[in-house]
Amino acid sequence: MTNPSSCAERLSSSAGSVVFDADVLVLGGGPAGTWAAISAAEHGARVVLADKGFCGTSGATAAAGTGVWYVDPAPERREAAMASREKLGGHLQDRRWMARVLDRTYAQSNQLADWGYPYPVDEDGKPQRNSLQGPEYMRLMRKRTKQAGVTILDHSPALELLVDGSGVVAGATGLRRQKGDRWTVNAKAVVIATGGCAFLSKTLGSNVLTGDGYLLAAEAGAEFTSMEFSNAYAISPAFGSVTKTLFYSWASFTDEQGSVIPGASSKGGRSVIARALRKGPVYAQLDEADAETQKHMRVSQPNFFLPFDRTGIDPFTQRFPITLRLEGTVRGTGGLRIVDDSCATTVPGLYAAGDAATRELICGGFTGGGSHNAAWAMSSGYWAGQGAAGFARQLGVTAGRQVIRRGTVGLRSRSGRPLQGDALAQSVQGEVFPYELNYFREAGRLGESLRRLDALWSDASVADAPDEQGLLRAREAAAMLATARWMYRSALARQESRGMHRRDDYPEQDDRYRHYVSTGGLDDVWTSARPLPSPHYAEAAE
Amino acid sequence: MIEVIDTERCTACDICFNVCPTNVFDKTDRIPRIARQSDCQTCFLCELYCPEDALFVSPFADTPQQLDVAALKEAAVLGSYRRAVGWTDESRHLRDADRSYRLFGH
Repeated sequence: MTNPSSCAERLSSSAGSVVFDADVLVLGGGPAGTWAAISAAEHGARVVLADKGFCGTSGATAAAGTGVWYVDPAPERREAAMASREKLGGHLQDRRWMARVLDRTYAQSNQLADWGYPYPVDEDGKPQRNSLQGPEYMRLMRKRTKQAGVTILDHSPALELLVDGSGVVAGATGLRRQKGDRWTVNAKAVVIATGGCAFLSKTLGSNVLTGDGYLLAAEAGAEFTSMEFSNAYAISPAFGSVTKTLFYSWASFTDEQGSVIPGASSKGGRSVIARALRKGPVYAQLDEADAETQKHMRVSQPNFFLPFDRTGIDPFTQRFPITLRLEGTVRGTGGLRIVDDSCATTVPGLYAAGDAATRELICGGFTGGGSHNAAWAMSSGYWAGQGAAGFARQLGVTAGRQVIRRGTVGLRSRSGRPLQGDALAQSVQGEVFPYELNYFREAGRLGESLRRLDALWSDASVADAPDEQGLLRAREAAAMLATARWMYRSALARQESRGMHRRDDYPEQDDRYRHYVSTGGLDDVWTSARPLPSPHYAEAAE
Repeated sequence: MIEVIDTERCTACDICFNVCPTNVFDKTDRIPRIARQSDCQTCFLCELYCPEDALFVSPFADTPQQLDVAALKEAAVLGSYRRAVGWTDESRHLRDADRSYRLFGH
């Protein structure tokens, strides 16, 4: 419970800024961020959590319902859970990480039950803990974060990281956009839990996810991995935002004339839908759901039905137009590279959790919505918070250390032309939304796109800082741009099809690419191959 | 996108201003204003958090709509999402009604 003496200290709130002193700063207030903040506080740290939106509603989970990779500890169940997804993920997972995530997720889910999360109970009276309702879950997480003594800054997007003279992360600074001033948190360790990047595609709840944390971390020198696994697209009504691809397992897909599109399916046939959408409208109808299933769908996922109920469409008996919205690295598996069990990154004092961190360790090259990602948010959040608290404790007294601001693009003035965030964001969308560029990849098209993206970067990196109103969008657009370049450079480096990464010019999986692809850099983006760490895997490859 | 703040029901509690993840609303002396509608990501969360059922989010994510507020109230559409997830007194029993576990594995 709250112990005032253990709270982060508000140093000043002079005109134009507010300054805090903390042990751990968590950026992002979704599942990973809240778990990290609670964990850091439980491990003795004074914690500040800064969320771009409102901790409790922002992020991909809050708006949705999500499965959770929660598996009973019986060895045969755990074995089956790990084995079932290895092929799908292109055999890039690490069994040791899968096992520890299953253990940690089991513990955290049960913790949620103790905290009062209303898990459903099945016909046999057994609680079912393998799914969560986003609004309910995140409302509870906000409450528990506050009760842990964490200082929450809502509507407080981070703009740049602070580091000390030896490159150790020393906090961050950002905007309080509803108060019209700035915040600075001097901290001994920082957890990046800002989610992935969905490129403002309006996939449900994901418009806050613009890769901001990636950009901050890259500016401090952090590395990424598996960024080529970033071409997830979700099915939604063409006019709407609600992406719930699971429910389309019960759908039939038809063209303008009403003819069934051969091979179209939510699982294993989404590329057929993408190809059909390039030719004309595609319609879906959930005509394979029986009355019982329909009932379960309604109570499980009320928001799925809002677009239909509010437009007078019965999705079970009527056709409706659909589209595929880009989920980018949110349902991808790439992100900040994790270097040890505490979810440390390559930058001292900087930790990563949730979708901002790589999920290659448990998903390889493929995830779906929720499930593994939700389990990863709980687990990596817990470890990152613990790791950051430990790092802060070890660092000891840091009073008086000099800190340097590490932000670059959009924050300095050099050219006399302010960075136009909205226009830049649209240009980036033009390179990552089209199925022929991102869904179906090919060296020539990727190369052309990268040339355009690199040119955008050259312009953006010398542009002036926009005014306060335009600053956040400018940084978001810059983060989207940087993310697109890491994605496509990595995609070029993987000359095969594996996991969700599809190459028209290399349609088969190729054993020579059974490694990870690291990437990073801002002005010059680099990639390099990294071997799989798992001894289990080395044996299997022999 | 968010389309409606019903002036009769809104009590200017500013919860929508606080909870909107993309900062679509501005505070005013009276009821909040939809200031940046194009930033709305159509997540329905402002509507869910509104204790007075004063908000309506249209399901159209990309195009603004013209809506008849009286008709929406007549049809009891305002607040329908809150009721469906069990966030009203009369629908509390729905909070643990999740049957997702029956749908997985299809």
